[in-house]
Amino acid sequence: MALDKNAPETRSFKVVGSRPLRPDGIDKVTGRARFGADMSAPGMLIGHILRSPHAHARIRAIDTSKAEALAGVKAVVTRADFAAAPEGMEDVLDNCMAGEKALYDGHAVAAIAATSAAIARQAAKLIEVDYEVLPHVTDVDAAMAPGAPALHDGRSDETVPDGYSANVMSRVEYGHGDIEAGLAKADRVLERSYKTAATHQGYIEPHACLATMGPDGQADLWCCTQGHYMVRNTCAALLGMDQGQLRVTASEIGGGFGGKTTVFIEPVALALARKAGRPVKIVMDRTEVLRATGPTASSSIDVRIGMTKDGRITAADAELRYQGGAYPGSPVGMGSMSAFAPYDLENVRTIGYDVVTNRPKQAAYRAPGAPMAAFAVESAIDELAKGFGLDPLDVRLKNAAREGTRSSYGPTFPAIGLEATLRAAKDHPHWSAPLGPNQGRGVACGFWFNFGGDTCVTLNVTPDGTVTVTEGNPDIGGSRASMSMMAAEELGIPYEKVRTVIADTGALGQNEVTDGSRVTFAVGLATIEAARAAKREMCARVAKIWGIDEEAVIWEDGAAKPAGPNAGDYPPMTLAEIAAIASNTGGPIAGHHEVNAEGAGVSFATHIADTEVDPDTGATRIVRYTVIQDAGKAVHPAYVEGQFQGGAVQGIGWALNEEYIYGADGILQNPGFLDYRIPVASDLPMIDTVILEIPNPGHPYGVRGVGETSIVPPLAAVANSVSAATGVRMTDLPMSPPKVLAAVQGQQEG
Amino acid sequence: MSQIHVTTRLNGDETEFLCDAQETLLDVLRNRLGLTGAKEGCGTGDCGACSVTVDGRLVCSCLMLGAEAVGREIETVENMADGETLHPLQRKFLEHAALQCGICTPGILVAAKSLLEQNPSPTEEEARYWLAGNLCRCTGYDKIIRAVMDAAEEMRRAS
Repeated sequence: MALDKNAPETRSFKVVGSRPLRPDGIDKVTGRARFGADMSAPGMLIGHILRSPHAHARIRAIDTSKAEALAGVKAVVTRADFAAAPEGMEDVLDNCMAGEKALYDGHAVAAIAATSAAIARQAAKLIEVDYEVLPHVTDVDAAMAPGAPALHDGRSDETVPDGYSANVMSRVEYGHGDIEAGLAKADRVLERSYKTAATHQGYIEPHACLATMGPDGQADLWCCTQGHYMVRNTCAALLGMDQGQLRVTASEIGGGFGGKTTVFIEPVALALARKAGRPVKIVMDRTEVLRATGPTASSSIDVRIGMTKDGRITAADAELRYQGGAYPGSPVGMGSMSAFAPYDLENVRTIGYDVVTNRPKQAAYRAPGAPMAAFAVESAIDELAKGFGLDPLDVRLKNAAREGTRSSYGPTFPAIGLEATLRAAKDHPHWSAPLGPNQGRGVACGFWFNFGGDTCVTLNVTPDGTVTVTEGNPDIGGSRASMSMMAAEELGIPYEKVRTVIADTGALGQNEVTDGSRVTFAVGLATIEAARAAKREMCARVAKIWGIDEEAVIWEDGAAKPAGPNAGDYPPMTLAEIAAIASNTGGPIAGHHEVNAEGAGVSFATHIADTEVDPDTGATRIVRYTVIQDAGKAVHPAYVEGQFQGGAVQGIGWALNEEYIYGADGILQNPGFLDYRIPVASDLPMIDTVILEIPNPGHPYGVRGVGETSIVPPLAAVANSVSAATGVRMTDLPMSPPKVLAAVQGQQEG
Repeated sequence: MSQIHVTTRLNGDETEFLCDAQETLLDVLRNRLGLTGAKEGCGTGDCGACSVTVDGRLVCSCLMLGAEAVGREIETVENMADGETLHPLQRKFLEHAALQCGICTPGILVAAKSLLEQNPSPTEEEARYWLAGNLCRCTGYDKIIRAVMDAAEEMRRAS
């Protein structure tokens, strides 16, 4: 789609930019909303998954006979119940149900469907798995070392040079210019290594689904997912079904943050339902969620940055090593692309290595790959700026990417908002507020690409003049409100006259998952275009009634009006009036739009964090936090603020508390919310937000996605703040109290 | 396996159910009584998504057995609104956009109601510590705390 066609209109909005109540709100405050685990079916069985107790083991044999003989057990499945996966989907299947090897603690090896959860659990204990325990590796650098236990021999792709460990799956490189020549011009070259732990998306709703399959092969699946079309396509492929025979309905979704952009239990529930001939419900418990669903990658990153004493970056170089669990596909590519994206650099290079380890396969987590890279780069820039006695915001302004900058990953930026966020940060009262004892202030920038992609919207006008928007992307944070607002804006009718519903996979064409901050942009764009199609149709109907040319009818303030030479000849006809007689003018009225949306428009943010570190315990408290981000156009500002705040707090958790802890045995030691501690209300202050609106030229209203950028800066903003508070540069996340205390005491002793 | 017959008072109504000895109150509410407003986020009392009150006291229903409900007064999120009239907390959660996905919302509302019954004028810090047992991963708590404080103020004015 050409950018000029969608150039943002200079217009004043009536609905967009206001803060109406969300349409799913009442259901969600009264307990009526139906999430993944809230559905049941007559004759339903309960599914349960048996998981590997070993980090790495060959599965020599599985004997399910005793489990099958238990009263109440209706089906048991193992990998033998699945046909070979189609090309490209082998890893997805293997992750859902292990084949030759169990590759991590918690890897599914068998599943049972029984008449009760208690019987299913009892049956799991009767399944005998003959394991040959193999050496394992869970650390990224250890996995890259020569002689490391190999998960998959011979799967490294052609990008990996000779001599690397078999666990290195691929290598990527981005950049331009001459690094060494650039470094030679610097007054100081900083070389520093950084590490980040794996963290989990931490959605409060465990994965849940309910599958039904008839003997005719028609199946229905209810599940909590960020993309039910993805679930349909994946499950159909893994079960050897036609996509059209599987109808997937997305439940209300209790958080995802990227972690529900793939399948885990859904193909298993379908296989059990097929074998048992009865509906099967599977609900994970929290331990399963942490052991066997996507955390993000852990990382190990080396950075070299050269800077002149007046703060100009002369060259920037980084090597990023991400382990993404047991299969290829860590987000090191996006980490490598985003690492230096905020800066206008003559000489820049990033090299990334995708590494496998005996951990659960990573799943996308909000701006996948970017927060770790930004942690390393923004920490290094902060250290250089401080070393020269320069203001870290001034240094960033001096190097900031602008419209026309050739980005570190290739494309040239159109109008972008980084500079505006930096200037807003400088002007914000937070930046100049005094600090107390043991407190420090940190600042960092962040970038996210934002996605578009396949999208369908149908907009139906009902006979009484209300409007239903039908879209195919699960609403994870208020997007139904945003779609209704954009439809109301475009049609010139009140927000209350529009209801947006998320359709099942039978109702629309393909829709990409709710990810990449794509929904408000792409589904919004399709909603606006669908509304425009409906308006064109309504104008055509009215032209017929009035007996004038279609071109002589315009749409204004929710009504068709005669224009040009006919202006004023007829009283306007409202949407409701046109709808009431639609049957007599050609039939029902609808608009629809199907598109592979392009022009998403990148997003930048600057965060300011104040922390206070207790020198006796190493505990860090967030004292004040401000998020400044470009939203393009904030459709529903309250939900934009919510995205800013939620992402910032997830990043704060990543910086301070959260980590996957593995024992020497390769077993996850903290698979529960008590020991895997996400931020709680008493950990935090209010999170201040500043919404900037630099219109995205690729969207009719200027909208950019806002969901992901907010998690990119906090790791570095908090680390820079703790470093300022303690006087010790923190390079290893999370900055848990023992680590901070050791750093502070080490400094005192040194 | 023989089941236990339990008579309790649920959301004001006398209620009977049969349950297994090891069945949690949460499972009874969700699977036997059709009240799915309380959610299981962890099953270990760490997330608060299953919050209900028992004889006026805030509890995690995943940590209590269904059989222990005998003779108690159980209140769940389903009973917070008065018919079509939302509780002030429910209304303020909507007005402040204090929910995104909404999975933690029932538990947080029950917990916040319990707070305001005991302390109609909480400070922000008191509200934050009271709600520290209720995890929310979407909002960063900012709008939740604002909604609770605003509801408290409105309820004080009305009383």
